Amino acid sequence: MSIATAHRPGGRERGGRRRFSVAMLLIGFAIFLVLMSLLRVVTGTDDLNSSGTISATLTAAIPIGLAGLGGLWSERAGIVNIGLEGMMILGTFGAGYFGYFYGPWQGVVGAIALGAVGGLLHAIATVTFGVDHIVSGVAINIIAVGAVQYLAVIAFTGVPGGGQTQSPRIDALPRLTIEPLSAQLGRLEDQHWFLASDFAAFIRAFITDLSALTLISLLLFVATYWVLWRTAFGLRLRSCGESPAAAESLGINVIRYKFLAVLISGGFAGLGGGFLALVASSTFREGQTGGRGYIGLAAMIFGNWRPGGLLAGAGLFGYTDTLRLRGGGASIHGLLLLTAVLLVFVAVWQFRRTNRTSALVAVVLGVGVAIWYFLTNTVPQELTGMTPYVTTLLVLALASQRLRMPAADGKPYRKGSAG
Amino acid sequence: MKGSPSRRLPKRLSLAVGAPALALITAFVITSLILAAAGDSVSGVWAQILSLPSPRGYVNIINSATVYYLSAVAVAVGFRMNLFNIGVDGQYRVASFVAAVVAGEAWLPGYLNTALAVVAAMLVGAAWAGIAGLLRVTRGVSEVISTIMLNAIATVLVAYFLRKVAVSNEGSNVLSTKEIPEGSRVPGFSWSDDVPDRIYGFILLAVLVGVLYWLIINKTRFGFDLRATGSSQTAAVASGINVKRMVMAAMLLSGAVAGLVGMPILFGNDYSYGLTFQSGLGFAGIAIALLGRNHPVGIALGALLFAFLDEQSNPLQILLDVSPDIIKITQGVIVLTVVIAYEVVRRYGVRLEQKSVASASGRAKSEPVATS
Repeated sequence: MSIATAHRPGGRERGGRRRFSVAMLLIGFAIFLVLMSLLRVVTGTDDLNSSGTISATLTAAIPIGLAGLGGLWSERAGIVNIGLEGMMILGTFGAGYFGYFYGPWQGVVGAIALGAVGGLLHAIATVTFGVDHIVSGVAINIIAVGAVQYLAVIAFTGVPGGGQTQSPRIDALPRLTIEPLSAQLGRLEDQHWFLASDFAAFIRAFITDLSALTLISLLLFVATYWVLWRTAFGLRLRSCGESPAAAESLGINVIRYKFLAVLISGGFAGLGGGFLALVASSTFREGQTGGRGYIGLAAMIFGNWRPGGLLAGAGLFGYTDTLRLRGGGASIHGLLLLTAVLLVFVAVWQFRRTNRTSALVAVVLGVGVAIWYFLTNTVPQELTGMTPYVTTLLVLALASQRLRMPAADGKPYRKGSAG
Repeated sequence: MKGSPSRRLPKRLSLAVGAPALALITAFVITSLILAAAGDSVSGVWAQILSLPSPRGYVNIINSATVYYLSAVAVAVGFRMNLFNIGVDGQYRVASFVAAVVAGEAWLPGYLNTALAVVAAMLVGAAWAGIAGLLRVTRGVSEVISTIMLNAIATVLVAYFLRKVAVSNEGSNVLSTKEIPEGSRVPGFSWSDDVPDRIYGFILLAVLVGVLYWLIINKTRFGFDLRATGSSQTAAVASGINVKRMVMAAMLLSGAVAGLVGMPILFGNDYSYGLTFQSGLGFAGIAIALLGRNHPVGIALGALLFAFLDEQSNPLQILLDVSPDIIKITQGVIVLTVVIAYEVVRRYGVRLEQKSVASASGRAKSEPVATS
């Protein structure tokens, strides 16, 4: 503890880089809520932030967030992990197999364990043998797809309700509801008042029918932050990602820290896959992840390699995905207006930073989206499927130049490089 | 020291051959372990996979190797510059769709129509990859993430536009574009008289692409700049190479080759683009490019190996009740072990060199002492 705090001279940092504080997060959240509330009233799309949408968003965001947490652990130790997708796939099978044959909690453990097996492969390849991180990750994704298809045929063929590509129904994990408060807030939400109803909907989503695994996952975000940024262990782990040679010269066993970080990373990604099988759908299906491992990685980059930002990124992707599934074209159409407004904000901001080209591009895009919004009544249902991906690209394009990844991220390290 | 170049050549060769051999053996062992652990017949599976293919099998192997080859070259162009074009998958699907529409409309007669469609495919592939290149150059977005997102967007867009332009073919409810007229199809080569299946005529296109790839990378200024940027960006900048322009050029070139991936299938077999058009070729291309060390001949061998494994594993389900998916594990493990093996062999080579340098310098030091 003392080591971690001693290295944070709070007074000096204010002049240099700004940092997220709890107050800033709360203010940001408040602005977000007002904005969404306004959008709901203006577009008349009530489903934009009903409690149902918010709790579905939570279910959609958690697997992405967990994959991102996996990425965070490994990249903070300097290992790029594009194999998250494969580890997630392994996790879905682990949850399906152990969840069906032994019980849901065993399924959670199985998902973590199988994900960690993928992490082990990645660690052996990248940490022990110094293979290019992306190459190893791509290979792990190929292996995981094949392994899960092969294993699923063996495990679930002939099992009642199962098949070659899916498991039977898995028993549900416990769910939590705070009954009286939930009902009260539900009545408030139904009034559709500006701001008050939105706030009620938000709180209600967290106290109604919340899966235990969702709660655990949210706690894991806090735990990750605490371990990585508030303990000596975390400081050492991060130092392996920033400057492994310096870390080794201070007596840290860099190889062991990196190895451990990648193992933990696999476990998180596996849990993300397990969440998909156990909470989001209650069966294992082939191809269940649908690229969420990659989106998790993008969410982590969007979040600037920090848990808070990562959670926000995962929430954003989960939200766009949910809107598409629940409201379809109409809800995504409402979102177009928000995009247009945000793009214009970006343009103004870029213009003030005398970044004329960026400002121009943002204005053109913003006006284009606005025209699209006003000329149409809905977005074609088939096109809504690309919302999360377009959002990812757009957000990365707007944000990526202000991001800073760990200094030695992606660089192979061999023991003894400190000299 | 005089004899060293001739002594080193066989050593280098044995290192180059040793690594893939080591990788294949390891993959073989790991696959066997998995089969044994799952209770499937290890010997039966290998007996089937390592048997001689049927005459029809040979045609299938060559045809899928052709397609794999194009995909792997597309990936390799990026790899030579340390660019990871994971997006070949999306690029070839968008390009194949556009080419199928262009060829189906038949604005030009005969092979002019074919040529137009192929050019359209290259342009579209390049443009789709160019989005990722542009984002990387202007906004610093990693091409790994952006191409993955573009893959997903390509899937949605192609499905949407396919529904818009699709024609209903009699007797099937599969959505597809208009069939390419007879005159614009590319005839195949016959393997033998008793096999009706033909080798894609566009195998010549793949060979041409391989030769051009080798020439451009190894014999032109552009290729030198590309490799230089890939080896050391700072050195490239110091020698006056415009890195941003190189990134953009490599991405466009990679995308243009990716656009060709679907062409042999389109003009030699399917004649239209439908929902059943072969997918996942881009990811196989990544694996094969790694396997072949980005070398045109190495890639060809890798493509043949992958196609061989695919073809030979197909009957496993019927013959032995073993899921053919086991071969995907083998393929993935080969990719992983091949890079590990190269690294191990490289370290071993470095150590050998250090040892020989150490002993040589030791001699050099001790000799004057001895004479004085």
